Amino acid sequence: MTSAALRSRAWKLLEMVTTPLLPSDYLDLVSPLRAGADLRGRIEAVHPETGDAATIVIRPGRGWRGHTAGQYVRIGVDVDGVRLWRAYSITSPTNRQDGRVTITVKAIPDGKVSNHLVRRAKPGTLIQLDQPTGDFVLPRAKPAKVLYLTAGSGITPVMGMLRDVELDDVVMVHCAPRPQDVIFRSELHDLVADKKLRLTEMHTDTDGMLDIARLDELVPDWAERETWACGPAGLLDTAEDHWTEHGVPERLHTERFRPSIVVTGDGGEVTFSATGKTVDAAGTTPLLDIGEEAGVLMPSGCRMGICFGCITPLKAGAVRDLRTGEITEAEPGVLIQTCVSAAAGPCDIER
Amino acid sequence: MTAIDPTAHLTAEQIEELGRELDAIRDEVIASRGEKDAAYIRKVISAQRKLELASRGVLLFSIFPPAWLLGTAGLSVAKIMDNMEIGHNVLHGQWDWMRDPKIHSTAWEWDHVSPADQWKHSHNELHHTYTNVIGKDNDLGYGIMRVDEDQKWHPLHLGQPLWNFLNACFFEYGIAAYDLELGKNLHKRRRKNPEFRARAKAVGRKIRKQVLKDYVIHPLLSGPSFVPTLAATFTANLVRNIWSHSVIMCGHFPEGVQVFERRSIKGETRGQWYLRQMMGSANISGSRAMHFMTGNLSHQIEHHLFPDLPSNRYAEVAVKVRALFEKYELEYVTGPLPKQVFSAWRKVVRLSLPNRSPKVKTPAREQELVAA
Repeated sequence: MTSAALRSRAWKLLEMVTTPLLPSDYLDLVSPLRAGADLRGRIEAVHPETGDAATIVIRPGRGWRGHTAGQYVRIGVDVDGVRLWRAYSITSPTNRQDGRVTITVKAIPDGKVSNHLVRRAKPGTLIQLDQPTGDFVLPRAKPAKVLYLTAGSGITPVMGMLRDVELDDVVMVHCAPRPQDVIFRSELHDLVADKKLRLTEMHTDTDGMLDIARLDELVPDWAERETWACGPAGLLDTAEDHWTEHGVPERLHTERFRPSIVVTGDGGEVTFSATGKTVDAAGTTPLLDIGEEAGVLMPSGCRMGICFGCITPLKAGAVRDLRTGEITEAEPGVLIQTCVSAAAGPCDIER
Repeated sequence: MTAIDPTAHLTAEQIEELGRELDAIRDEVIASRGEKDAAYIRKVISAQRKLELASRGVLLFSIFPPAWLLGTAGLSVAKIMDNMEIGHNVLHGQWDWMRDPKIHSTAWEWDHVSPADQWKHSHNELHHTYTNVIGKDNDLGYGIMRVDEDQKWHPLHLGQPLWNFLNACFFEYGIAAYDLELGKNLHKRRRKNPEFRARAKAVGRKIRKQVLKDYVIHPLLSGPSFVPTLAATFTANLVRNIWSHSVIMCGHFPEGVQVFERRSIKGETRGQWYLRQMMGSANISGSRAMHFMTGNLSHQIEHHLFPDLPSNRYAEVAVKVRALFEKYELEYVTGPLPKQVFSAWRKVVRLSLPNRSPKVKTPAREQELVAA
């Protein structure tokens, strides 16, 4: 018998010992970061960067496959007892000796996860991790001339690149409201002093927003440079127009942080994505009734919110709890009780 | 059906007002649910797993009497925790709000021979929706007992103290049979129903796994302690079964608890539904440890009003609910465990015999509700 077959036999036997739980339920008690466990990480330190940004040092579990500079990772954090998932760029280099990775988070107003990470996260806390992903990365062959165009926390994936690969000719244009808001400012200035980077720092509180037409004067050879741009949608939209107008759109690589913008309202168009049906729903009618009227096979139970027999994934949009008025927005893994939930704007129910 | 309807003094408006006040209590808990509650259930789950692991470890040496005693006691408690404070409550969806896929009503499976999804249907949906409605809520007597004077007596009922005792000893099997609606489905034609067969198969699989684990694998692992370990797991299952049966009997059987007729719930409003839960349930008083070991089902009244609120909050909710009972002049049925168990058993024995005095015909609740 091969060792793999033996291992699987042994595992089957262990499952008989632990049923109805799994052996991993017990192993997680002692070794949540072990190989073969669901991917998790442990926060080991939180370093403040600016008034509202901090770098979180994470020790990933053994299943971590490593990242490429510029990629992001989705992390699941428990905030007030509720698990929420967000994506953050990885700011550590790929060859960090201690195997830790870092993300750098800027607290956004009313941001549940970002504020939690920047201000309340404690070393020792376990978080959930996905494998790193994203194609905002440098090509394998080093480009001769590079421009990084960033604003605000858009600097984070680029910092991951700067720390990872040394290039011969790098220019960076970075915008932030004030000097003290520039994340990684002293490290950037060190790179400048070492002549590894040419930096134009723009302070939008005093200088105003970056006028893309001024790029000619700031970086005269911008059109010859392979460019990586990351920042608010407005900046990226104008950059894309500008590069297209000048006939070099293929030189521009952008990364958009897409905070899911959910339009909440009263009622809306409901899509039952598994069945492929779309109907208009009032803000007062339970989604269970809406689905049944539309001929969608809906699981049901008590029809009054007590038995949880009707819960169904909410894939997109938002719903309102008819008893409390509470709004639930779609996130991966979010299930709703269709008998006491109504559409709060357009939404997508997986049925 | 009691001779006098204990809710007769309430007007329809008062009943709806009562419903609104209960909704407000619920909203308050939901708004304040958070990190502390999440930490609580995680701590309980982790403690249960450690206790089970340690007890099973000790039982490997159960040939030595002190190890047998310690391991059996630990395993009994671990099994009770698994079924009561964790399993029952997780399967109610009480912790779904945490969005942790591992502590979720859709994913949880428990140390019990009834598969979680079947139990959720008969318990969460049927029992909790139709609480104490004769003919609709089969938890009333589990289909094997007469629980109300109004039910017709049959000589077979003479045996119900014995059925009840056997049901207590093998409670998890009783529940599995009950979830399968075995009595109803054993008719020739129904037995062949593919849906029933699939469910029966699932129960069979679950029984096989549980029996294999408790009575074969763990005793085998114990080597020379095979027989004592087998006896230990049997004892732990027996203790868990008798304990949960006792706790659950206290929930709806003691004297003072009302049962309802089918027609009384036609067109029931939210307020009336709440009122039925209040009158149809009974609590157990006692220490915090007692509440914990009953999975907080000692707060049966609160649990029936708010089956999806985290169990660790029932104690604080109980204070407010009890105040409402007083305000609306209703009887809050509660008492220490021995008293409530005795009361429930006395009823089982009493109703095994035909009614002594002629039945009192009463206007009772349904007319009140129709008028409302």
